[in-house]
Amino acid sequence: MSTSRVIDGVNVQTHYRDVEHQLSAAKQGIWLFMVTEILMFGGLFVGYALYHMRYPEMFAEGARFLDWRLGFINTLVLIFSSFTVVVGIYYCQANQMKKAAAALGVTILCGVIFMVIKYFEYTHKFHMGIYPGNMLDLAKLNHHLAEAGEPLIKSTNLGLYFGFYYCMSGLHGIHVILGMSLLGWCMFRALRGDFNANYYTAVDGVGIFWHIVDLVWIFLFPLLYLVG
Amino acid sequence: MEHTENHEKHHITPLSVYIKVAGALFFLTFLTIGIHSIRAYLAGTAPFFAFGIAAIKAYLVMAYFMHLKYEVVMNRVIFGLGFIFLALLFAITYLDIWSRVALTSPL
Repeated sequence: MSTSRVIDGVNVQTHYRDVEHQLSAAKQGIWLFMVTEILMFGGLFVGYALYHMRYPEMFAEGARFLDWRLGFINTLVLIFSSFTVVVGIYYCQANQMKKAAAALGVTILCGVIFMVIKYFEYTHKFHMGIYPGNMLDLAKLNHHLAEAGEPLIKSTNLGLYFGFYYCMSGLHGIHVILGMSLLGWCMFRALRGDFNANYYTAVDGVGIFWHIVDLVWIFLFPLLYLVG
Repeated sequence: MEHTENHEKHHITPLSVYIKVAGALFFLTFLTIGIHSIRAYLAGTAPFFAFGIAAIKAYLVMAYFMHLKYEVVMNRVIFGLGFIFLALLFAITYLDIWSRVALTSPL
């Protein structure tokens, strides 16, 4: 027994009137999910803002360790990747699936570049003893700073700042990896011939997810690297 | 005909629009960095510039890349509500902290 029928080359499930109805429902579900993403990251932003107001000097001490140039490069990388994912959707609409897959591939590559830069940022901090929360090794960090001739850390709760740093950038990084996997799946499906000009909903949804990832970073970059 | 109805809401943004938006986003990123480099002269207003520009970039991504400009009103309202509730979270939490009175122990 079939639960879908084909209209204009698209499998439309029987509880939908037509292709448009099915797509509208899918789109609405995708946007509802994106609201939860905004609220999740937003909660962390609110937490950061409030504790920043509570411990301004400590946050300034922590922000010293973030290199804005790496954050800047990552911002450009993600903006470009948002562009390539939207180019991918454009080619889906034009029924040029090989080009669409190529565009998605470039997007994944951008994600790789982002994560590589993130890897270097994290390992550099670990090397100095900067771990999240109460795992932060203040003695090791101050030893490093003393050797480099830089001012020592005066705060006693620096782990709070880096708790926020690792949680927010880490959660974002997890989303980048998730997005890359989903993009890979879409790329595979596009090459397999699952999509056509009337049906590429998966690419739509994954594309919007990727833009959320970019959106979060657009705010995360000034928060962590510039304002501190 | 059913075929034309399917494409009614199927607005296809031309590639040139995407390229222009991407260009604007790149420019705004460089602008953010530029302002960051002169923040010493901005007397503490630098964060407003940084987040203000970020808000513009966010709008461009949402309106054009996420295609919200051409979406049905319902989806725009749904997504917008997320930000509104976020603002509410921030406002009420901030009010709580701001209105706290420090208690000093008499002991």
